[in-house]
Amino acid sequence: MSMLIPYGPQHPVLPEPLQLRLEINDEKVISAMPVIGYVHRGLEKLAEQKDFQQDTYLIERVCGICSFIHSLTYCMGIEEMMNIAVPPRANYLRVVWSELHRMHSHLLALGLLADAFGFENLFMQLWQTREHVMDAMEATTGGRVMLGSCCIGGVRKDIDPAQAKFVLDQVAKVEKELKELVPVLLDDYGVKQRLVGVGVLDPQAAYSRGAVGPTLRASGVRRDHRMTGYCAYGELGFEPVVRKECDCYARTDVRVGELHQSIDLVRRALAKLPDSELKTPFKGNPSGEVAVRAEQPRGEVLYYLRGNGTDKLDRLRVRTPTFANIAPLLGMLVGCNLADVAVIILSTDPCISCTER
Amino acid sequence: MKLFTIFGNIVRNTIRGPVTRNYPAKVRDPFPTERGRLIIESDKCIYCGICSKKCPSNAITVTRQPEKSWKFERFRCILCGSCVESCPKKCLHLVSRLEKE
Repeated sequence: MSMLIPYGPQHPVLPEPLQLRLEINDEKVISAMPVIGYVHRGLEKLAEQKDFQQDTYLIERVCGICSFIHSLTYCMGIEEMMNIAVPPRANYLRVVWSELHRMHSHLLALGLLADAFGFENLFMQLWQTREHVMDAMEATTGGRVMLGSCCIGGVRKDIDPAQAKFVLDQVAKVEKELKELVPVLLDDYGVKQRLVGVGVLDPQAAYSRGAVGPTLRASGVRRDHRMTGYCAYGELGFEPVVRKECDCYARTDVRVGELHQSIDLVRRALAKLPDSELKTPFKGNPSGEVAVRAEQPRGEVLYYLRGNGTDKLDRLRVRTPTFANIAPLLGMLVGCNLADVAVIILSTDPCISCTER
Repeated sequence: MKLFTIFGNIVRNTIRGPVTRNYPAKVRDPFPTERGRLIIESDKCIYCGICSKKCPSNAITVTRQPEKSWKFERFRCILCGSCVESCPKKCLHLVSRLEKE
């Protein structure tokens, strides 16, 4: 006989209010139905009432974890609409801050995953490592989370040699601490028991259900929007991290791989930082419509913008990566044990306030 | 099969002191880029109102009629610094929050 369990929105392992109505038979999940809408803030509507330049700061507040990449994607959309060429230095600085954001987001996600399978110590250690990245962001922009450094036409802040050295030092600290923590995350018997073979999402299902980001790449699909070479990724030699195991362990492994890759990208971007202006001045208002994508820590984000020639946008629509990952998540949950539900949810790194905006 | 991989870390953490500071007795020095608090040198201000137009959270209100005034709602401010950048007279500043008024 099956029964229905409401999993969330208030649940000890869920960082954000997502409800899953699980139909279970004994300990096995038969089906799952998501319920979202607990933290809807109406940001898209608010964005239509503000000036398109003020929106840069508003859009940054869509998400508290990938804030910079949200504002970056929005700015790329407006730049495409208004044909503004971004100076090369600004492109490199955008990569540096994007990758710092990816690092802190992945460390946060891995910590929460460790917390979900009951490894409190690892959770604390990973978040302690994350503080180095937060310090690097605060030292370069003045904000830990809301950097406010991206603007239409370029960036507002520069990284001088002293700050670049500080960022490299912090990144080296992260690398050193990861050397100690990654074996715990990937080789420990107890951790592997909770991750290997759990929440399998085969490549076909991942593709057809529209998974994005580490969830997709852990299923063996080689797709990352950074491969298109937006900003300065094209000049930095980017290769996506792909694993073929399709389970929670593979998703963790992809995140660990991307952490190392981000460290590498920050180093390469700071080493090659060209000399140029930070910002291209522009005049006028955006008109026309554009859909623009960028790779966030959780996957591909899509912005649809429509301007009407005035200083206010007609429409702003955000498709966040977590929204795309909910359908694959429901597929992963079918047939799993109730005890594994928390691990599977957190292996996709859900960001609900992002999804509901 | 690897077991107790975190053991070395536990031993080190037991010997080493706490990582956190004894806040508020000990406060970390702010970074030079800190966006602490917005101040205005009102004698330099020409009440042009550009800062209020640029402010994304509408925290600044500038009036010229009947009398010139510059009002600022501290709790609405998101400390982005766009008013500071746009000020033609450079009379707005973001100062450290540890700095005395």
